[in-house]
Order: sequence, then C-alpha cells, then structure tokens
Amino acid sequence: MKYAFYPGCSLECSSAAYAQSIAAVCRLLGIELAEVEDWNCCGATEYHSLHRLTAAAVIARNLALVDGSLTELVAPCAACFLNLKKVDHQMSEDPAWASKVNAALAAGGLMYEPGRVKVRHLVEVLHSDVGEEGIRRRVKQPLRGLKVAPYYGCQIVRPYKDVDNTEYPMKLDELMSWVEAEVVPYPTKAACCGGHMTQISEAQAYELLRRLLQSAEDAGADVILTMCPMCQLNLDAYQSGVNSYFGTKFRIPILFFTQVLGLAFGLPLKQLGFGKEIVAAIPILKQKVPAALAAASAG
Amino acid sequence: MVHAAIRGETSFLNEVIEETPHGERLLHCIQCGSCGGSCPNGPDMDYSPRAIFGMIQAGERERVLSANTQWMCVSCYYCTTRCPQQIPITDILYTLKRMSVRAGLAKGTDAPALAKSFVHYVDNYGRAFELGLATRFYLLNKPLAMVKMGPLGLKMLAHGRMSFLPTRIKNLKQLQAIIQKARELGEKS
Ligand code: SF4
Ligand code: SF4
Repeated sequence: MKYAFYPGCSLECSSAAYAQSIAAVCRLLGIELAEVEDWNCCGATEYHSLHRLTAAAVIARNLALVDGSLTELVAPCAACFLNLKKVDHQMSEDPAWASKVNAALAAGGLMYEPGRVKVRHLVEVLHSDVGEEGIRRRVKQPLRGLKVAPYYGCQIVRPYKDVDNTEYPMKLDELMSWVEAEVVPYPTKAACCGGHMTQISEAQAYELLRRLLQSAEDAGADVILTMCPMCQLNLDAYQSGVNSYFGTKFRIPILFFTQVLGLAFGLPLKQLGFGKEIVAAIPILKQKVPAALAAASAG
Repeated sequence: MVHAAIRGETSFLNEVIEETPHGERLLHCIQCGSCGGSCPNGPDMDYSPRAIFGMIQAGERERVLSANTQWMCVSCYYCTTRCPQQIPITDILYTLKRMSVRAGLAKGTDAPALAKSFVHYVDNYGRAFELGLATRFYLLNKPLAMVKMGPLGLKMLAHGRMSFLPTRIKNLKQLQAIIQKARELGEKS
C-alpha cells in the first residue's frame, strides 16, 4: 500500500512523537508513505480568515505537487486534512472557482485537476485499508487493562460525513478494541478542543478543555488518545493551566493513537516518541500494561 | 424584522452570499436556533449564528461585522452538520471574518492579529513557525500574556517540542508567485 503523505508543520517539531510513531507503525504494517516534495503549510484556520482565494491556492499547491503516480493523500492532522479535502471538494463542485485557483497556481507553473487526489486521514487508512485482520495479526502485546478514551475532535469527522459518524464516531474505538485496549464510552469524543483559542482567549479555551478532561475522568480513562497535533497540544500542554484556572487536579496523559498502536505491536518505546508528552504517560502504562511496557523498553 | 429585500437593501446579504460556497442557502434559514444551541462558544457570542443570519437578511452590516460572533467561532462544524436547512454556517462565519477585517470593524478580539502573524510566516517561509508565531503575536499584541506563557514555552523546550528556527520551503519563490497572483485575482478576498 502506497500513499502520498502530507505531514503538516506540527509534525516537524511540536508533534514529533506523532511523526515518529506514524513512521514506525506504517513501516510495520507495510504502508509506504511518500512525503509530498517541498510541501507548504496548509494555513490552518488562520489563512482563510483573511483571504479566501489565496488560502485555497496555498493549499492547492500541495495537491498539485502530489506525485502523478499516486491518487491518495494521507494527512495526519485534522486541520491539514480538512483544508486539503475541502479545497479539492470546492474545486470539484465549482469549475469557475477551480479555474480561479488554477490561474493562481499557474503563476508558479502548477495546476491541479479537481478530484485527482483523494484526501484521507490516517485513521481511515488504518481502519479501512489495513482493516481488522491486518491490525489483529500484528498484535504482540494486547493492551488488556488499559482504559483509553478515544478523542476525535472536530475537523476529521465534520463537516464531511464520509469519514465516520459526525456525532458519535467509532473508527478509533474499533481500532483500539482490535489491539484489545479497553475503550471507555467517551461522550465528548467529537467535541471541540478550542483550536487556536488557547492563544486568544484563556477563559473560553480552558472551559472547552475542562469538559474534555472531566468527561474522560468520569469515564475512568487512563489516557486520552488523539489523532490531531492541535488537540494533543491543547489537552497536554494546557492541562496544568486548566488545573490552576479551575482548581482541578487532572493528570491524564494525552497520547497519539499511533503511539499506543505501536505499543501493542511490540515496537520499541524510542521509536514511538514516548517522553515528549508533558503529562507523563509511562507511570500509568507501567501500572496498567506492565508486560507491554517492559517489552517496549527492552526493544 | 423587515426583510432586506423588502427594504431594497440587499447588497450586504448579496455580498455574504457571493463570497460563500452555497451561501444562498442562507435564504432558507428557519430561525430554529439549532446552530447556537450546538455551539461550544455560543454563550460567549454577542449574537448567536441564528440572530446573525436574521441581521444579515435585515441588512445590518455594521452590527454584524462588529460582532464577536465570527471570532468566537472555532470551526468545529457542529452547527453546519446539524442545521436542518443545510446552511454552510461555519463558512458564512469565515466570510464574516474576512469582511469584518476588510471593513476595519474587527474589534475587541486578538483573533485577526493571530491570523495575520500566521499568514506572515506562511507567506515568508512557506511553513508555520510555532515559536516565532507565539512570540510575534504576543509581543505585538499582549506582552503581558507572553510572560505568563513563559513556563509553558520552557516545558515545550524541555520536551524537545519547540524549535528556535523556522523551516523554509525550497521553492519559496514559486509559492510567493502563486500567493501574489491569488491576491491580485482575489480582488477583495
Ligand atoms: S440551524 Fe440553520 S436553520 Fe436553524 S437557525 Fe441556525 S442557520 Fe437557521
Ligand atoms: S462551527 Fe463555529 S459557530 Fe458553528 S458550532 Fe462550531 S464554534 Fe459554533
């Protein structure tokens, strides 16, 4: 299985743990990810707040750079995923808009044929292309005893309805159950982490994060699993901020789902980026899945 | 509320519709309030999306463009997927963000400044640069908050999650040519 890969800016540094664990897990599963040559930032939610056509053109440059022999592009970040998918979608349904975007791309000698590339999130690829059989047969360290709250956030499951259920998605739940982790019912699984609100308005951001942490604690989760760098950063790096703001005592490690998959596959900890999370995950893993952790530490 | 079309003041409504894919759906709003009720930031908005849409139809340009509603929106798309009339609410709010910046009516929020800092790095490096973004944005807009964010920055550094230098894409010239052309073609947007 070979896909074009758009890592996005966060994976270069602040979410290196995601980048490392994606690489390790995909290598093991025989998924080849070919990074888009010289990709640029997708503009997150910021660029189209100021400029509509330029935002689309900046995003479309990446679609235009996808190797002509590949038809599917995998993005691991929610914002990148939605931006790429949305630009392709809007160009496909509005030819006049597509020619405007292409007129801009032409200034750089590029062009994108709408619909040529199918944009997918990594969780879809693992869930649907690798599938239950492919995941189960790789499991070396079943994660029985580890309670995980699967967190989807917003932009992977909305507004487009073809990825998963928009209100109560299940793909990550299923993926984690295939490695025998104990998936807790997590009512806020598709609620919002606040995105850039942590930079703009503490009060709003902290309240949104508090709800997610509280709901995971109420469900008895040992860890929250994310599939987006922004969600991970907000829940992890601002958790102590939430605690001092509300007087709460949350200490819930926030991991990328690929780190935990890797653990179940028996991959070495150092290939999975553990230790970069701010709320440390190792102590609870040692307690709940000692065998898996011992195997991963030895590797 | 008097419908704008009746008052002969349709330009604001039309501008919003023109700048939003499927924006014409706005005309089908039944004022049910599902949008505001679904919104995680609803309680902090000056007006709910429902009220904003009524005001757009009534041609209340200035009140709409100076509202904090669009800036409180974090693009979670709950309203959009739940709207019984398939109105692209989140995208309309993006349109209002752009229109309010262009009209100089975006006040009382740091969101446009954050967006500008972000765009600065994309235009000049082709990549976002988290440390640069944070320092540029905080220094220009809220130096006091920057002091508060210090310990967090240090934690990020200690965990190897913050780099000191921005990455620059190889073919920045190409990206900048595309950006320049798009800005020309994009008239107002
Ligand atoms: S949910 Fe849709 S129809 Fe209902 S008030 Fe909001 S925009 Fe109007
Ligand atoms: S997309 Fe924006 S307006 Fe709609 S529910 Fe989410 S935050 Fe509220």
